[in-house]
Amino acid sequence: MNNDTLIPHVGVVTDIRIDTPDVKTFRVVSPEGGKVFEHMPGQCAMLSTPGVGEAMFSITSSPTNKEFMEFSIKKCGCLTEWLHAMEVGQQITIRGPYGNAFPVDTELKGKDLLFIAGGIGLAPLRSVINYVRDKRSDYGQVQIVYGSRSKDDLVDYKEIIDEWMADPGVEVDLTIDNPQEGWDGHVGFVPNYVKELKPSTNKTVLVCGPPIMIKFTLAGLKELGFTETQVYTTMELRMKCGVGKCGRCNIGNKYVCKDGPVFRFDQLDALPDEY
Amino acid sequence: MLKISLSRLEELFAAIAEKQTLYIPSDRADGAAEFTKWEPGKALTQKLNTLRSAKDFFFPQTENIVDFKMEGKNIQVIDQRSEHEDFVIFGVRPCDARSFTILDKVFLSEPVDSFYKNRRDHGTVVTMACSRPAETCFCGTFGIDATEPEGDAACWSDGEDLFIKANNDKGQAFVDSISSLLEEGDTAKLDQVKAKTKEILSRLPLANLSTATFGGDTLNEHFNSEKWAELSESCLGCGTCTFVCPTCQCYDIKDFNTGNGIKRFRCWDSCMYSDFTKMAHGNPRTSQLERFRQRFMHKLVYFPANNNGEFGCVGCGRCLSKCPISMNIVKVMKALEVK
Repeated sequence: MNNDTLIPHVGVVTDIRIDTPDVKTFRVVSPEGGKVFEHMPGQCAMLSTPGVGEAMFSITSSPTNKEFMEFSIKKCGCLTEWLHAMEVGQQITIRGPYGNAFPVDTELKGKDLLFIAGGIGLAPLRSVINYVRDKRSDYGQVQIVYGSRSKDDLVDYKEIIDEWMADPGVEVDLTIDNPQEGWDGHVGFVPNYVKELKPSTNKTVLVCGPPIMIKFTLAGLKELGFTETQVYTTMELRMKCGVGKCGRCNIGNKYVCKDGPVFRFDQLDALPDEY
Repeated sequence: MLKISLSRLEELFAAIAEKQTLYIPSDRADGAAEFTKWEPGKALTQKLNTLRSAKDFFFPQTENIVDFKMEGKNIQVIDQRSEHEDFVIFGVRPCDARSFTILDKVFLSEPVDSFYKNRRDHGTVVTMACSRPAETCFCGTFGIDATEPEGDAACWSDGEDLFIKANNDKGQAFVDSISSLLEEGDTAKLDQVKAKTKEILSRLPLANLSTATFGGDTLNEHFNSEKWAELSESCLGCGTCTFVCPTCQCYDIKDFNTGNGIKRFRCWDSCMYSDFTKMAHGNPRTSQLERFRQRFMHKLVYFPANNNGEFGCVGCGRCLSKCPISMNIVKVMKALEVK
């Protein structure tokens, strides 16, 4: 009998990085070593601990990483609490990849890119950012605006400082919501910071974060002169199957798991406001 | 057309059951009809249709999809699938037969659902034309001819004889397997029965129900209609409509710890339930209005948008007779079509 997408593979957690007080990044490989499957930036995978639950997570590592996949996961529910309690060497189940991807090899190619992320919203964008950095000559300017509640809540802070900020081809603008000892960077919410930075309107924008942040960021971008066809985001809804059959992530005639999770804002406009 | 006397149905069923497991609609102790495995003495129901639809045969209410053994930090994935045995479902009504082609569009589209396909490949659907449609029937609204049923093979009764015809290769193999019991028969009386049935169908209370104001491009007309509030006001969110519906196919995946490993099940679910879309970080559909609207928008707008205009309803009428508050797709359609 053919493989069925609902029957998962086994993955081994080989590294656990504590990113913030409630975000950990898990490195996953197959028991034989190497990646369990290939993916494109923006795609997702179903992770599960049998008996606890199964849920969809964005793959935060870039496909240019040939050795492993990484998942940055915020502790916010039953399954994620269990995942946060794992130790290195623990096996989980994994299936995918699911969904479309950011159009890195088509619409985004050659473009100046502006990444805007809030909190754990950096997780899906990190895959694209590192893909773009590894294929730097394929893209124009790269600007990353990233904010979180506090310095401690900036996911991947070490990588941002050591690698992204050290990369001459990348501009990184960090912000935190409130002033904090030991922070001499920008203070304020991401949507306002974007407006202050006045990015050039010829950039293509990839935005991900809490719904309220996305809403105000989009409004701010429009004020600056951006159009909805220039702005991409990635969505999350409850999912069970990952292949557009279980019905859970249905919005209008789209299934976020299959037709998304990446949408351009003009595409979202055509859908009912149910997300 | 080939036929067999209705008085020899028991013989026919025995011949089918000799080769494959046979399911027929028969009467339960409480009087409702349901598909059950045929055994000698079990008679075909005289009721129009079964309480539950026939979707269970291909998409069971609960099915074990995979098992896990947990040992220390290790997980063993145990694929429980095996080839399904061949089976025949006899007496499927034309509405339910159409529901299979609708479910096929979901489960057989890429990536193919192997659990569904396994059952579909091994099941032969033998349909039975209707001769006494009920007041709750409206299959004609969705282009179904209750006198010319789909399915692998189709049957008709003229009151004396059962006529049978193959619709495809699988149906032909079925007809061939029972050919020794069949003889050529004259359809003159059957043609009269069909004409009479068509006449009854044209006079049914819902015969004029129209899909004209629905379809894949009608999202904006209907989604924000003020009618949803009144229509959904009394909805209990019980999910009965979903469970008796032959085309509803939303499902849940849940694990059960047996104490000796984990069994993962796929179970029917309902978009009418409050936790259907609930996540750790919130719920995009917090009101029953939104959940109610989702179910009908899916059948009347979203499904046709993705399936060349085909609607996600076959007019079987089960939701009309089973909803505890007497709300149903017909009332929704009638309310929404009035501007």
